[in-house]
Amino acid sequence: MNYIWYFLILISIVFGAVNGTLDEVANSVFKGCELTIRIVLTLLGIMTFWLGIMKIAEKSGIVEFISKLLKPAAKLLFPEIPPNSPVIGDIAMNFSANALGLANAATPIGIKAMEGMQKMNIDKNSASDSMCTLLAMNTAGFQLIPATVIAILAANGYEHPTEIIVPTLIVTSVSFVCAIIIAKLLKRVFPPQTKEETNAV
Amino acid sequence: MQFKEIMDIISLWALPLIILVILTTAIIRKIPVYETFIEGAKDGAKVSLNIIPYLMAIIVAISMLRASGVLESLSFIFSDMLEKLHLPSDILPLAFVRSLSGSAAIGVFSDIVANNDINSYTSKLAAIMMGSSETTFYVLTVYFGAVGIKKYRYALLTGLCADFIGIVMAVLVTMWFFG
Repeated sequence: MNYIWYFLILISIVFGAVNGTLDEVANSVFKGCELTIRIVLTLLGIMTFWLGIMKIAEKSGIVEFISKLLKPAAKLLFPEIPPNSPVIGDIAMNFSANALGLANAATPIGIKAMEGMQKMNIDKNSASDSMCTLLAMNTAGFQLIPATVIAILAANGYEHPTEIIVPTLIVTSVSFVCAIIIAKLLKRVFPPQTKEETNAV
Repeated sequence: MQFKEIMDIISLWALPLIILVILTTAIIRKIPVYETFIEGAKDGAKVSLNIIPYLMAIIVAISMLRASGVLESLSFIFSDMLEKLHLPSDILPLAFVRSLSGSAAIGVFSDIVANNDINSYTSKLAAIMMGSSETTFYVLTVYFGAVGIKKYRYALLTGLCADFIGIVMAVLVTMWFFG
């Protein structure tokens, strides 16, 4: 991450100087700061709301019900997490919210799952295997209906915007499965610094 | 048209229905919903504030990168090569930006749709690419930032590989469906 971050900034400044866009690059620093705070404020709102709702879902047994439903899949994907852990429930809810296109709900729930995994993680600075798997699932962006895209297409006068649903679903399913397979393969290439505790929490 | 109506109903009802089901189940099981909500919501602010430094680092860097114009130049350099792979040059900025910034990707996508025939291969490919992937950098930053993870190990590589596979698949599927 150190090199990637440095490299992004280095390229921007060097290219900006060559390209004559250095003033825009300089301005973009402040725009970036502003954007960050705007995103965090939005996130703060939805985080607070969904963590509240999720607590109710947890206490009423809904999370447990969904995690029981998805237990076989979870066992396969997250062998590091004990199957009765509430984290499995959070992962299941995160996946469901993503599939339904509820990104605003999926992010807080996903973060809650990350917190649960962090408790089991021994090296608190380094990602555990289960975290990487969860992020592989999330970055692949699996969703049943791409609502935003359909809305933009419809707004531009596309007559049958829903005809992109099936091809999109095929693409996203393939990259979703590939992401998980890649994560499982790379796990062997990048061994963790410390062993992950499996019986905690 | 009927299919579209069903889709509209689903997207309209998904969120209210989930909230309703959760609250109703809780009430039936005699759970103090209001107090429980407050108890859970308390952590929201703390977690969000934890994310600020991580998000700041990545958003400022990406914002600088976009302002420098390097992505457009890269698209220009590779355009000939990629046209042969059925990747129109208009699509290229989207392919680059998609993993970096969600709002920028929506901007680029709207641009492509506005500047190309809406029924063209380019528009359809852009729509499918847009709908089938996520903003990898943002997701990694927010999720890892919230719990203070600094070493991503193989998570970034996995996300970028999946994005690449997504682009290749989008081209193949678009050609197959609409080519």
